[in-house]
Amino acid sequence: MARNFGSLDRRQAVQALLADRGDLLVVSGLGSSSYDVFDAGDHPGNFYLWGAMGGAAMVGLGIALARPQRPVAVITGDGEQLMGIGSLLTIAAHKCANLSIVVLDNGHFGETGMQISHSGLGARLDLIASGAGIRSVTEITDLKGVAEFRGELHHITDGPRLAIVRIASGHVERVLPPRDGVYLKNRFRENLGLAVT
Amino acid sequence: MDDSATTESATKEAATSGPDWPLEIYRTLKAFGVSQISYVPDAGHSRLIELSHGDGAIKTTVLTTEEEGVALSAGAWLGGDRAALLMQSSGVGNCVNMLSLLASCRIPLLTLVTMRGEWAEFNPWQIPMGKATPQAFEIMGVTVLRLERPEDAAEVVSAAASLAYESDQQVAVLISQRMLGRKKWTETR
Repeated sequence: MARNFGSLDRRQAVQALLADRGDLLVVSGLGSSSYDVFDAGDHPGNFYLWGAMGGAAMVGLGIALARPQRPVAVITGDGEQLMGIGSLLTIAAHKCANLSIVVLDNGHFGETGMQISHSGLGARLDLIASGAGIRSVTEITDLKGVAEFRGELHHITDGPRLAIVRIASGHVERVLPPRDGVYLKNRFRENLGLAVT
Repeated sequence: MDDSATTESATKEAATSGPDWPLEIYRTLKAFGVSQISYVPDAGHSRLIELSHGDGAIKTTVLTTEEEGVALSAGAWLGGDRAALLMQSSGVGNCVNMLSLLASCRIPLLTLVTMRGEWAEFNPWQIPMGKATPQAFEIMGVTVLRLERPEDAAEVVSAAASLAYESDQQVAVLISQRMLGRKKWTETR
């Protein structure tokens, strides 16, 4: 059933993306993407979504607009991005230069029984993103590509950009980040120097 | 959303019937330091949308669907901005699941909703969502305030903004359809 969609190890890929992260702010989408980002190293500049399916990219846009001098990365799965597919149009229309979206694409709904996603059934997220008007769209199939894109993640003048990372669909152990939303909010804001109210 | 001819006539009527309440709302949002406004268009919000686009200090975002604005408002708050979301009542149902993000993280929301389906409505398809609008917010814990008279605009929006930004609440201001003016079907071109 679960045909091999890509070959990259998702944990390795996300670790490589977040290596020497500097002042990068990260929003992770519901499901395995949140586990991947946490596994790469917990950080107060991470905001893990445990719900709000389809909303990760828009949360990232709100942060990026509020903090134009900071690079912002949304790391999410194909299923999560598909549910908020219209947000690609909204982000493209804004030409938000400091925002990157990384879609970890295994062509499956990994959290819910590995049903094949629209991406797995042939939808081309790269073409959809280009058609929406996202300035830079990259397809990544190996760790060399991940390393190259890691550098771009830190640029704050030439976004928005989107990368499709072709990951393997095999099972990966769950590694659970904190689930308390108020805690995650407060530490994210505190890390930006904002008062906890 | 309406066709442009209808939008224009609706806007004209609202603009000539009493106080300039969209300007009052705009000034109130500015006084509260709102720096992000997102919207799904509505004729009743057209003046406020224009004011927002015309203000270089406000980052204005047009959305494809209302729940995007809920998630955007959350991101704005995380980054230190105050946001407001404009929509019409037809879009409120779209927001229900995304509102759980704000409840789970106790993140403020200020949304201004122009009502359809409640006063001299000519389109029966607007009525079910219009009727369900207060309950759709309330089932997700959103506080619902009503704006019935143009002269109350600043006071009601100010109260809503305090509740949202100072008490971390999710607040919707429902702007009554009566106040927006009866829609005219005058073709302008």
